[in-house]
Amino acid sequence: MADEIAPEYDVVVLGTGLTECILSGVLSVKGKKVLHIDRNDHYGGEASSINLEALFKKYGNYAKGTEPWKQYGRMNDWNIDLVPKFLMSSGELTNILVSTDVTRYLEFKQVAGSYVQQGDGPKATVAKVPSDAAEALRSPLMGLFEKRRMKSFIEWVGQFDVKDSATHKGLDMSTCTMREVYDKFGLEAGTKDFAGHAMALYQTDAYLDIKGGAPEAVERLKLYGNSVARYGKSPYIYPLYGLGELPQGFARLSAIYGGTYMLNTSVDELVFEDGKAVGIKATMTGIEPEMKFETRAKTILGDPSYFPDKVTVVGHVLRAICILKHPLANTNDSDSCQIIIPQSQVGRKNDIYVACVSSAHNVCPKGYWIAIVSTIAETSANHHLELAPGIERLGRIEEQFMGPPIPLYEPITDGTKDNIFISKSYDPSSHFETTTDDVRDIYSRIAGEELKVEGLREGIQVAAE
Amino acid sequence: MADSGNAPKPSSSVKLVLLGEAAVGKSSLVLRFVNNDFQENKEPTIGAAFLTQKCNLPTRTIKFEIWDTAGQERFASLAPMYYRNAQAALVVYDLTKPTSLIKAKHWVAELQRQASPGIVISLVGNKLDLTNDGAGDGGGEEGAAEDSGDARKVTTEEAKTYAEDEGLLFFETSAKTGYNVTEVFTAIANSIPETSLKTARGPNASHAPSRTEEQRVNLNGPRDSGAKDSCAC
Ligand SMILES: Nc1nc2c(ncn2[C@@H]2O[C@H](COP(=O)(O)OP(=O)(O)OP(=O)(O)O)[C@@H](O)[C@H]2O)c(=O)[nH]1
Ligand SMILES: [Mg+2]
Repeated sequence: MADEIAPEYDVVVLGTGLTECILSGVLSVKGKKVLHIDRNDHYGGEASSINLEALFKKYGNYAKGTEPWKQYGRMNDWNIDLVPKFLMSSGELTNILVSTDVTRYLEFKQVAGSYVQQGDGPKATVAKVPSDAAEALRSPLMGLFEKRRMKSFIEWVGQFDVKDSATHKGLDMSTCTMREVYDKFGLEAGTKDFAGHAMALYQTDAYLDIKGGAPEAVERLKLYGNSVARYGKSPYIYPLYGLGELPQGFARLSAIYGGTYMLNTSVDELVFEDGKAVGIKATMTGIEPEMKFETRAKTILGDPSYFPDKVTVVGHVLRAICILKHPLANTNDSDSCQIIIPQSQVGRKNDIYVACVSSAHNVCPKGYWIAIVSTIAETSANHHLELAPGIERLGRIEEQFMGPPIPLYEPITDGTKDNIFISKSYDPSSHFETTTDDVRDIYSRIAGEELKVEGLREGIQVAAE
Repeated sequence: MADSGNAPKPSSSVKLVLLGEAAVGKSSLVLRFVNNDFQENKEPTIGAAFLTQKCNLPTRTIKFEIWDTAGQERFASLAPMYYRNAQAALVVYDLTKPTSLIKAKHWVAELQRQASPGIVISLVGNKLDLTNDGAGDGGGEEGAAEDSGDARKVTTEEAKTYAEDEGLLFFETSAKTGYNVTEVFTAIANSIPETSLKTARGPNASHAPSRTEEQRVNLNGPRDSGAKDSCAC
């Protein structure tokens, strides 16, 4: 078996999270010879989808000798995401999926609704995020006059063109902040809140006062609107069988372009020459006898867990995975939805996200819903209190899984010196736009050029054997 | 269904996966079935590991979505996605290579563990042209062929008995001459239970109400560039 591992690869990829799998798929299609390794026995790394038994075992929240998962049907019917996110239907991940033809391995459905909370505690309102001018006029989130202001704001966003100053309402877009734009339309604080957090999908209020930041915020509002317009119900789509399918789809893309895959394989040592990584020593287990091997690599990339001394912690995510037997209240009995609780509504600095999916997406047996509540930690204790406003939205909970705060890692260096390119942890944002930003960033550092996915699979070269 | 002309026969998609040791002829069998073609020195599968081909039965049309393997199986790293909802599998060995039958048995066990319970599995001994009983042009030019011209190392009896014990369909084929290739796919098409064709895919889909079908989105459809008018933002 060992003789099938080449003495050298163009790229060795460590970890099969989505970022790594997109990169190895794209690099393989571009003709690079890729070896892709994961220490786990499954694809997806931190961002995999696992069954309920595996989830109980991961969190260890059951009495020894009992098997609480037995009451929840067939374990194969459960695909619970460890990192909850949705795809924007007009977003960059969708674009990459279509350009690489990975869509042929996956099926997607719409997420039924996008909701936002206004207010706190028992008086809180949960309502659909208005996506167009007509919905704004019907929305219970605003009073009569505010609805009209919002309508004209949404119409203005629709025809905004950063290159055409005639559409700038007399504001100087090179210096203008988004707060100034909102004020120009006279929007109230609550409206700014849901526009910025539930539509532009900012996680904090920092965006409001960035000089020259208005065009980006408007683009994000447009992405939301265009994504809703594409299929109708919400801006989000979600793959059948869970997000774990995404890395698998890109891994298959890599494999059909010659990528070699090894699970159950731990990296024993990174080999350096003159401060540059030039290869790995690794062991594949789960076979008899286990297989030790060594190979060289022109480039090494991977997720933070493979490079503990080359990453730093930039924050912590709090996350609770909850199993329910009912849809979320005030969501029109949706089979799936997102609720965003903007930070200022509940006296926080970071938004709270609730993502809910169900058997409609083949992630659990019929009659169940999986709701995941997450936010960025703002305190060093009482983390369950930080998540409480989200948990309160769920009603009766059958099972709840919440571990210690999850560290968010970022690489310390950009890889150009040591030849090691490291991805960022998955942040708690509700979509994959930051993940694809990271993919593009890493790709340009490795390849020295921008990643262009359009037409990627036309006129491609194939890796030499 | 969109085809004009003939009265439409019911048509359904069947996901079929291919498994087997390297170089036994998996891709060659697919190439023969889909394009009626054969390449003497076929490259290991790269680039196109997803093909479709229709199989016309008297009462219905089966559209095979064929998932060739592509190297992920080499170190036993196939993803669940590969097996997911597969209704049929072709497990191929090279009947001039006994180790490839051992590997085939391993894949049968793996399928029985991982795939949907009702999956139709066919065991296929390929490269029959290299044996004496090979149909069509023999293995004359093949250096591997013994004096007798027979390179067979796995008897029909051995493989057939194993297939019967495990409840598999069994064929000996030659991708090179085309012998028995269509027969394999037709037999599989005939063995897929009518009931499992009604539902879109696999057991999980069967307990989802049919209206959910409509909500599936086609990402390859046109991008909504007219969003400017229809939705203001
Ligand atoms: N004589 C003979 N040669 C065959 C037959 N089928 C395939 N071959 C040859 O066997 C070699 C391997 O065939 P492939 O179809 O690439 O085998 P594969 O199982 O797809 O191989 P991998 O993709 O590497 O796993 C090629 O050189 C084919 O020409 C056959 O029926 N008879
Ligand atoms: Mg092949």
